Amino acid sequence: MKNLEDLEKKINSELNTKINNTEIKHNQIYIEIDKEDIIDVALFLKTNQDTKFRQLIDITVVDYPEQNQRFEVVYLFLSHEFNQRLIVKYSIVENEVIPSLTSIFPSANWMEREVFDMYGVSFKDHPDMRRILTDYGFEGHPLRKDFPLTGHSEVRYSEDQKKVINEPVKLEQNYRNFDYESPWEGTKYIKEEIENNDKKN
Amino acid sequence: MTKKIKNLNLNFGPQHPAAHGVLRLILELDGEVVEKADPHIGLLHRGTEKLIENKTYMQAVPYFDRLDYVAPMNQEHAFALAIEKILKIDVPIRAQYIRVIFCEIGRILSHILNVTTQALDVGALTPSLWGFEERETLMTFYERASGSRLHANYFRAGGVHQDLPKGLEEDILKFCETFPKIINDLESLLTDNRIFKQRNVDIGVVTKEDALDYSFSGVMIRGSGVPWDLRKSQPYDCYESLDFKIPVGKNGDCYDRYLCRIEEMKESVSIIKQCLAKMEKGPIKSLDGKISPPPKAEIKQSMEALIHHFKLFTEGYRVPKDEIYTAVEAPKGEFGVYLISDGSSKPYKCKIRAPGFSHLQSMDYLIKGHMLADVPAVLGSLDIVFGEVDR
Repeated sequence: MKNLEDLEKKINSELNTKINNTEIKHNQIYIEIDKEDIIDVALFLKTNQDTKFRQLIDITVVDYPEQNQRFEVVYLFLSHEFNQRLIVKYSIVENEVIPSLTSIFPSANWMEREVFDMYGVSFKDHPDMRRILTDYGFEGHPLRKDFPLTGHSEVRYSEDQKKVINEPVKLEQNYRNFDYESPWEGTKYIKEEIENNDKKN
Repeated sequence: MTKKIKNLNLNFGPQHPAAHGVLRLILELDGEVVEKADPHIGLLHRGTEKLIENKTYMQAVPYFDRLDYVAPMNQEHAFALAIEKILKIDVPIRAQYIRVIFCEIGRILSHILNVTTQALDVGALTPSLWGFEERETLMTFYERASGSRLHANYFRAGGVHQDLPKGLEEDILKFCETFPKIINDLESLLTDNRIFKQRNVDIGVVTKEDALDYSFSGVMIRGSGVPWDLRKSQPYDCYESLDFKIPVGKNGDCYDRYLCRIEEMKESVSIIKQCLAKMEKGPIKSLDGKISPPPKAEIKQSMEALIHHFKLFTEGYRVPKDEIYTAVEAPKGEFGVYLISDGSSKPYKCKIRAPGFSHLQSMDYLIKGHMLADVPAVLGSLDIVFGEVDR
């Protein structure tokens, strides 16, 4: 499909039961689906003559700890043929196992391993579900919002034991998170916010 | 009598000169033939994405220099573009030219390093000695513009940090006149070199289909004959107004990728020349006081400027709630930033899509059935830098 509006229509008509919502912004299509449909949707996007999203650019997760469905899984696709980008998203609760895309896109392998490592979301039918970026024997999932920036343990060489040891983080000074956030009037969107609040009142 | 022979497991790295950084590659060898390669990465993992979530947008820029540290400004570019698109601000034309010049300098920096170290890996020492001299010259350009040779921290949302110092444009132009001769010298050492060809031709062949399936980008996909370059297909900044060609390979082997890189360097020189010719005096960053800090002189005179300065360097500017994926054509391929803002002055999430990550992933596919001696050649042509793979 040459332009995004046609593509949006096409996707909506072909996959209508599987699509919850579509939106075009920043010259990209954002699609919301259900967890169960990801394999079908990805296969359709990859193989259909009018979409041809041949490349999986990345898989990632966004953590919203205050929400019921804590994790939002995001897939980024690229179609060279039509020069379009597409973003597929769905939300899951913690500890939910999601389908792996490795059978359709071999490059999903490491991307899913990274998601598992960073967020603790596991994938079904993944050939090699190991941690990838963190150290051997690492505990926790660092990109979750409740994981502290300074981490839990640190590694050092112990002169006494003559080996590398893991021990709880000891900080000379705690990480300081200054709260500078204060309304700074004058910026357009803040003005809008104030106006909206005024209208409500 | 029959004797069972076990395959040999070999640890390649994490300290190996041909691993181009800290890669632990576990190779399963049958004699000298590689049966399986299992890269262990993450030895340089610094938690960049986590750190960015805890910094303001302006404080996050230096982390991008430390990803692919041989072409720092290309990464900053992706981040700056992402913020600009969300904030919907325009970049002054002079700033666009400056950014493109430094991105192309970054491309030359990266390609020189890659071409010459790949030659080093397969046995040629001289190219790296010649190439590194040129890199040093280019890094002084970085230093004169930004203050440091490597970790520039120069691009800002809305432009660049400061204008180019006097004389720099002339010196870059002078470099553009002399550099093509150096490329020719490098080519005379390598392109028709019998040993270099024996080590690279038909090694690590990637078909078009596989290049797509494995999420290759940049030279890795162009070497396999896919004419895809984000500077042409999804132009950003002033690339649209520039005239340049996209070199595409035929066979998808290490040698074609080497040729692509050489040609790309020549194109980069031509892009820089065009930018220098078109550049005019003018503002180098957005004039919106809520986003760009005011000039120092103004702070002494104007109360408003002082407040802006204070607020920008404490709270930082706020970015409205939105999400966006922006990608640039970094020297190694598609470098993308998936940015989620929540209306505060810190990114809610910033996923970094590094090209090297997908490229290294295919190591097992690329090297299977090759000889042990081909491992450095293939690894070299993938153009891996661990700063960006491990993040």
